[in-house]
Amino acid sequence: MKELVCIVCPRGCHLQVDENTLEVIGNSCEKGAEYGKNEISNPLRTVTASVAVEGGIHPRLAVRTNRAVPKGKMFEIMNVLHSFKAYSPIKRGDVLIENVCNTGADIIASRDI
Amino acid sequence: MINCDIAVIGAGPAGLAAAVAAYNAGVKDIIVIERDKEAGGILNQCIHNGFGLHRFGEELSGPEYAGRYIDMLKETDIKLKLKTMVLSIDNKVISAVSEENGFEQIKAKAIILAMGCRERNRGPISVPGDRGSGVFSAGCAQRYLNIEGYLVGKRVVILGSGDIGLIMARRMTLEGAKVLAVAEIMPFTNGLSRNVAQCLDDFGIPLYLSHTVTDVIGDGRIEGIVISQVDESMKPIKGTEKRFDCDTLLLSVGLVPENELTRGAGIEIDPRTNGAIVGEDMQTNEAGVFACGNVLHVHDLVDYVSAESERAGISAARFVLSGGAERGAQTAVLNGSNVSYTVPQHFSPEKIEKGIDIFFRVRKKIRLGEIRVESNGIKLAGFKREFLAPGEMQKITVPKVLLDRAEGDITVSAVEIEEAE
Repeated sequence: MKELVCIVCPRGCHLQVDENTLEVIGNSCEKGAEYGKNEISNPLRTVTASVAVEGGIHPRLAVRTNRAVPKGKMFEIMNVLHSFKAYSPIKRGDVLIENVCNTGADIIASRDI
Repeated sequence: MINCDIAVIGAGPAGLAAAVAAYNAGVKDIIVIERDKEAGGILNQCIHNGFGLHRFGEELSGPEYAGRYIDMLKETDIKLKLKTMVLSIDNKVISAVSEENGFEQIKAKAIILAMGCRERNRGPISVPGDRGSGVFSAGCAQRYLNIEGYLVGKRVVILGSGDIGLIMARRMTLEGAKVLAVAEIMPFTNGLSRNVAQCLDDFGIPLYLSHTVTDVIGDGRIEGIVISQVDESMKPIKGTEKRFDCDTLLLSVGLVPENELTRGAGIEIDPRTNGAIVGEDMQTNEAGVFACGNVLHVHDLVDYVSAESERAGISAARFVLSGGAERGAQTAVLNGSNVSYTVPQHFSPEKIEKGIDIFFRVRKKIRLGEIRVESNGIKLAGFKREFLAPGEMQKITVPKVLLDRAEGDITVSAVEIEEAE
């Protein structure tokens, strides 16, 4: 049994996952069960960051992946974001980069700017 | 003098939710006053995800959560005054200054205090050592990085394991800095467990519990810091010093509700929360003045801020629409064992419709406990809870039918229960 703290929501349920059967106990929702399974087989994270933006009220624009990506891809995605620049106007939810690092996830804007 | 029905001070998550809820409850003449150049408050720099699971049923970033409320505000006729600083409140007259209008006064029938909180800094926790540059509060470094685009350092030590510190450990690591350690004076973390997991463990950042900073070295830019283990009375233990060569020290050592305006208005403050004393309707001891969000007590979840603020907004609207309703007799909510504070601090039994939400924090970690609500020796309600921790705010809802059995004041306590084999 592997003990984990669920990171799906701030509630932070204490999960126990069977490494062989991937059975999860201690979760209070379905998302928690899925997290427990993934965390053993293929851990996923949502990447959030800010990128350079021109023409807005701030020099940086908050962005995120629109879904969780493999944990090992985080720094590769950060490298892509470091060399990226956005141009205002941008709407919350606009796709800025499609299929970032072949993860199947898009980079989307977190706010209007 | 400008007149309005409701004035809301602060356009962060609390102010936005309160204003929209008051509007939807039937009061249309509302002014929201904000000192920043945009609405959204601290959420604008909290670019990480995890917001909104309770409120919207999905996982949003801070700016997205704020954006939803800003959109709701835009659909109303609520006036938003940006870049306007409130100086004082006196008898429901707000004095404010702005570049655009200079000095102005706003008289409101009801006021909602939603000023939020600010970070504790180096002074109140007496960090010893040199006064070099490179010491930042975690939220200040967060604003620089996420909004202004500056990484404040390359080699970082973080004092305090509050959520902002943990989030910044991950953020700075992703942006190329090396986070050497997080030191926490308490034997437990103050942040959410999930943040220890995804911000420290994911990146192999060591967490030193029962440790504090005992020296800061460097007169220009700091060059290093020393941490030491502390004993039970939190005194550093000689011989446990560890030195880290670093250029930056981030402080994540707590938040303080920003109540200068509240105190100036003569409103009663609870020394346990550093926020106003309120009833179940979020009303302070001054009739028609309400408080909500982090200015009232520091929350861990913005979802709870929104819910509390909506209640404040609805109560303010009722106050205005009824021309200042009478407040009934007050029943106090007292702190029993292992409970460090409650909000609200009192309530009017005849005003309770379905039940009352009580927010509180526990004093110590409890693996399995029961939250007991008692009155004059009578047990009114019990709530079994697992993994109680001081860093995580708790909420119970006591139904009216059970409250009606109270004989005078009620007491909330957290009792440890032995686990059955």
